[in-house]
Amino acid sequence: MATPEVHHLFHNPIADHSFSADRKTLAIARDTTVELYGKVGSAFKLKDELKGHDKTVTSVDIAPNSGRIVSCSQGKSSPAQNTHRNALVWEPSPQGVYKPTLVLLRINRAATFVRWSPSETKFAVGSGDRVIAVCYFEEENDWWVSKHLKKPIRSTITTVAWHPNSVLLAAGSTDAHARVFSSFIKGVDARPDPGVWGERLPFNTVCGEFMNNSAGWVHAVAFSPSGDALAFAAHDSSITVVYPSGPELPPRAIISISTQLLPFMSLIWNGEAEIIAAGYDCEAFRFKGGAQGWQLSGTLEAKGRPGLGEGREESALNMFKQMDLKGKTKDDTQLKTVHQNTITTLRPFESSGAAVKKFSSSGVDGRIVIWHT
Amino acid sequence: MSQSLRPYLQAVRSSLTAALCLSNFASQTAERHNVPEIEAQTSPEVLLTPLTIARNENERVLIEPSINSIRISIRIKQADEIEHILVHKFTRFLTQRAESFFILRRKPIKGYDISFLITNFHTEEMLKHKLVDFIIQFMEEVDKEISEMKLFLNARARFVAESFLTPVSLICPQTRPNSQVDVCLSLTKRTRRINKQSICAASSWLVEGHDSDALRLAFGEHKRIMITLSSRLLLWLLQVVILSNCRRLTIASKGNTYPEFEKHTRELTIRFLSLA
Repeated sequence: MATPEVHHLFHNPIADHSFSADRKTLAIARDTTVELYGKVGSAFKLKDELKGHDKTVTSVDIAPNSGRIVSCSQGKSSPAQNTHRNALVWEPSPQGVYKPTLVLLRINRAATFVRWSPSETKFAVGSGDRVIAVCYFEEENDWWVSKHLKKPIRSTITTVAWHPNSVLLAAGSTDAHARVFSSFIKGVDARPDPGVWGERLPFNTVCGEFMNNSAGWVHAVAFSPSGDALAFAAHDSSITVVYPSGPELPPRAIISISTQLLPFMSLIWNGEAEIIAAGYDCEAFRFKGGAQGWQLSGTLEAKGRPGLGEGREESALNMFKQMDLKGKTKDDTQLKTVHQNTITTLRPFESSGAAVKKFSSSGVDGRIVIWHT
Repeated sequence: MSQSLRPYLQAVRSSLTAALCLSNFASQTAERHNVPEIEAQTSPEVLLTPLTIARNENERVLIEPSINSIRISIRIKQADEIEHILVHKFTRFLTQRAESFFILRRKPIKGYDISFLITNFHTEEMLKHKLVDFIIQFMEEVDKEISEMKLFLNARARFVAESFLTPVSLICPQTRPNSQVDVCLSLTKRTRRINKQSICAASSWLVEGHDSDALRLAFGEHKRIMITLSSRLLLWLLQVVILSNCRRLTIASKGNTYPEFEKHTRELTIRFLSLA
């Protein structure tokens, strides 16, 4: 197994990270700013800081083709007080300077999560206002306007994920449901082909509403590469995979894999038969299976890498020195994993077709790690 | 570690590890706020079921998890009144310094002695497993601490009782004939009443233990004691005087005293006067 590439950027939590398409620019949500890192040699160096939010930035996403960056924060946007700092779209200029564009979110609570649709004409913002704002660009006013997905949502949206057709949107929420909505906007989207999730898909159609047995908060959702299956991770340390059978029909299979691990915060699909998930255990785990069943197949981290544990001096002198300095013989401050704190986001880094060859993870410990699958 | 303590702490450790999965979560009810949900209690869906781990009826831990904060309350073993007082004083000492303890809650939950409030900001800047270790270590050591304090208190109480109740003849020094001093205690009005007893006790001892011929007591505004003194007796007398909050002490020696003792009395007088 190839050794992962570790970039320890700082000692603050990384709420979210995103690589540009050429993998040379890295956007990091750190505290109230979005930091842009550029690749210099094998390391990432701070290049630019996007300051526009006044509260903790919760999520950031770079559109692969247009290079636009969307970020959202825990502030609120209300037209009455003229504060529109909740979500911002940063347009790159040819000189490499980013200019913020207004987004009319019309939400009064924190924005928690943002993702570009694959078509890059829309993005979805999850919020604590019990709505998902689906935003699209309005040419005549030069701003992004939003339409709200409201209907059955009863609590904060923690995560969203787009279907490859850019119409369907999956969302996880603290009301323990993972839902699939249609975010079809006339004039922006082309009419989607009927699929397993539904045939006619006007805006705010609920194509699926799923919950696992113990009803934990949903931390992560993801469509499979084909878009015909949905996986979500919940706070009861489980991963649930849903295979829909068609419109208005009960799903073909709902497979819940509960684990003895701590909950997962993020998950990605690697092809149709593998899921990689990571979270509070500070390491990534691999799940394998299909519509017949899924199982945990192990961790992606090779324990006992060089420079860990064995390399340390184990002499009697060292033991007494440790006892003298720290009052104990063993130093157990370091975890055995690469990440020293919760992993917040996993993202595909390098893919060939549906298979992910490399993926990146960001953690509360301020590290970005690029892994080989 | 006793046999029943180990599984108890193990249960607390694994429950805490699972409960400390916190994330940054802004308030759903108040805009632009980010508050510990377990304290705000405004959104029921982000609170988890509280968990009590009890070792026996006196020792238990309450863990109340939520999406961005958890509250851990500990009831410390209290077998008797003294332990109850000690635990109260100990936890009071800690909670008054709560801001230097970061995770300590200023007020314990009802029914518990001490509470911790850990938010996602704590788990972000500190190592989670070390936070768990800290709580476990606290639980391990607080019992030890309290029983140590109790032992210390008992030892001290015994010492104090001994010095109060020992028959005075034991600490009574050998008096030397012919070394007579005139001790004059002038009491303030405020302290007179309280101290009458102690002075009387002192004088009665003097009367009992010594040749009454050598003792003259003058009552009224001044208590005048004429006794034979040795340095230890003088020391003891001075203690009585200091304890009784006396304003002035005049000591005059008569007869042939040995010089060393003279020096001693003078020193003590000076020290006492500076104290007063």
